[in-house]
Amino acid sequence: MSRAAIFKKIEAATSALKNRTARPDHAATITDAAPRLEGLDLLEIFARNMAKVNGRTMRSVAELTAFLTSTGQRHGYCDPALYPHIGAPLAAAGLGIETEYDRSRYDDYQFGITRASGAIAESGTLILDDDGTSRRLAALSPWTHVAVLERAAIHRSIADALAAMGESPNIIWVTGPSKTADVEGILIEGVHGPGEQIALVL
Amino acid sequence: MFGTQLIDSYARHISDEKQASVLNGASSGTEKRYEVLHRDYADPDALRRLAGSIKDHTLHHLGAYLSQAEQALTERGVQVHFAETDDDARQTILAILRQHEVTRLTKSKSMAAEEIHLNPFLIENGIECLESDLGEFIIQLDDDIPSHIVKPIIHKNRRGIARTFLREGVAADYNDDPATITRRARVFLREKYMHAQACITGANFLCADSGRIVIVTNEGNSRFGMAPVPLHIALVGIEKLIPGERDLAVFLNLLGRSATGQQLTVYTEFINGPRSATQADGPEQMHVVFLDNGRTNVLASNCREILRCIRCGACQNVCPIYRQASGHAYRSPYGGPIGAVLSPLLFGDRFAEFADLPKASTLCGACKEVCPVDIPIPDLLLRLRDKAKREAIPSPAAIPMAPFATLATSPTLWRGAMRMSKAMNYLPLEIAPIKPLQDWLGQRTLPPSKGGDFRKWMKSRKKTEDRRTLRSQTED
Repeated sequence: MSRAAIFKKIEAATSALKNRTARPDHAATITDAAPRLEGLDLLEIFARNMAKVNGRTMRSVAELTAFLTSTGQRHGYCDPALYPHIGAPLAAAGLGIETEYDRSRYDDYQFGITRASGAIAESGTLILDDDGTSRRLAALSPWTHVAVLERAAIHRSIADALAAMGESPNIIWVTGPSKTADVEGILIEGVHGPGEQIALVL
Repeated sequence: MFGTQLIDSYARHISDEKQASVLNGASSGTEKRYEVLHRDYADPDALRRLAGSIKDHTLHHLGAYLSQAEQALTERGVQVHFAETDDDARQTILAILRQHEVTRLTKSKSMAAEEIHLNPFLIENGIECLESDLGEFIIQLDDDIPSHIVKPIIHKNRRGIARTFLREGVAADYNDDPATITRRARVFLREKYMHAQACITGANFLCADSGRIVIVTNEGNSRFGMAPVPLHIALVGIEKLIPGERDLAVFLNLLGRSATGQQLTVYTEFINGPRSATQADGPEQMHVVFLDNGRTNVLASNCREILRCIRCGACQNVCPIYRQASGHAYRSPYGGPIGAVLSPLLFGDRFAEFADLPKASTLCGACKEVCPVDIPIPDLLLRLRDKAKREAIPSPAAIPMAPFATLATSPTLWRGAMRMSKAMNYLPLEIAPIKPLQDWLGQRTLPPSKGGDFRKWMKSRKKTEDRRTLRSQTED
């Protein structure tokens, strides 16, 4: 009922317009923020912009192990597909690693390690999608989220990433840790999602 | 009350504490926006104009884009509904929830849901409906209403929030440290997410080509709300459409910067269907409810540009009236310049009730300058003032302003009044026992009258010019 009524009203309102605006044809580069894109190496640009939003970029499993150990994070989840290369060395270093996420214990995981399907250098953004992420909750409920990223999957700009969106029904861009400034404009990280966002680039 | 508009009385009775919170929050928002936009772009205005024309294009071809979006969503297994009125939307959502026997849900921030008063309706119908954005959560606990589009609790301070948490049992003791407040909400809301049966969201954009709805949050509340539940309902105003995904580059870059001074909001979600077969978390069913609720009437009006709005709140932050009066003075979910235009239009059958809002502006134009979609807000305010005049809606200002209007339309009367006006400098107007005059003067300070000086200056200038013209003609 509503459907027909709405379309009828839209038609009545728009058919009366004398000049309808044509679709603007803009260059894809018009949205590039030049200062954010300075540099030649995409990984370097990505790491610099991710640091600006309080995210961390790491280059080796050893670096991740050292970080988790030094911050007292001893137990977490790892995507089973990443276990051989990442989970196993962490377990060998004495950390507790689970490859099954048990949602009844959503607060038990101090860190979650899942795959990122891409990244955006311009904004320091990680791209997660439903097919690459083993468990949405494992990338969300732990205090620390480690997104494992292939260096070749870094897009240069936001516009480039949009042009290569793919077909996944659920994609999320993550630009730094979860945050709020609702209370008196003061920045607090780790509201509902991770307070620590890491990109492990291999 | 003669001489006082409703919005003026709000501004007069606001507490100093609340006004300070609003002023601080709004002015810091304006500064951050300016800094980020101008650091990143050589010509941000070109981007604003582009965004405005993409939105105009979409609105001018709305029927085609809406039907394209409907098809794209349906093909991907999304159930699409249309709601002509607020009641249609509420009933549609309730029916979906009943069908799934939902008794507990979480809701991420949605202005459209505020507009149709969805929360109280669902609660009346026995469904626990919890706001998950930190600010909206606090608003709900306080039974308050949001006073800013992006920063719903801009009018509150940490002490009030700490008292609320203690009173409502979110916290066991009083603690007003913002980090502690946030941690406590985190713990409380997680439990709610994990035990909810559905999640309701709004949408910031909807791409007609792919059907993807785009939701941005900083906190990650919509992501968390959707991850454990089997059902997602998105309430989407029909003006949220944009033609395609490539246009998102323009809008996402402008939205974050205009709203909070961020290049991008932390979480940007793109959703056009139930979860993938390979994914264990997330809704198995997705519904999109397209909301009209007066939007097609706005589209048919001479103020249709307001439908470009992407709800960033930049016009609220920059507006001198909003900063003084707070969003609550505008008496709808939409405060500030956007509300002054949108409320009288959207709630068209209650136009008279909101007709004072377009007058609550100095027409300084700051709202147009910051608008990411270049809406000519001051022009629209004037069109609405005109509409109120044509519809003969009584204005409290009409009584003190009537003598002025008479004088200003007759050159002879005006000349006389100007000569007389110097006498006003010696009259004790502030103690004259005339109620409308007192109300009017109560909000204004009159400078000493220098009546007639401009006319004198103009005359002597004309004489000088005439002489000059004569001389130059003689020299030729």
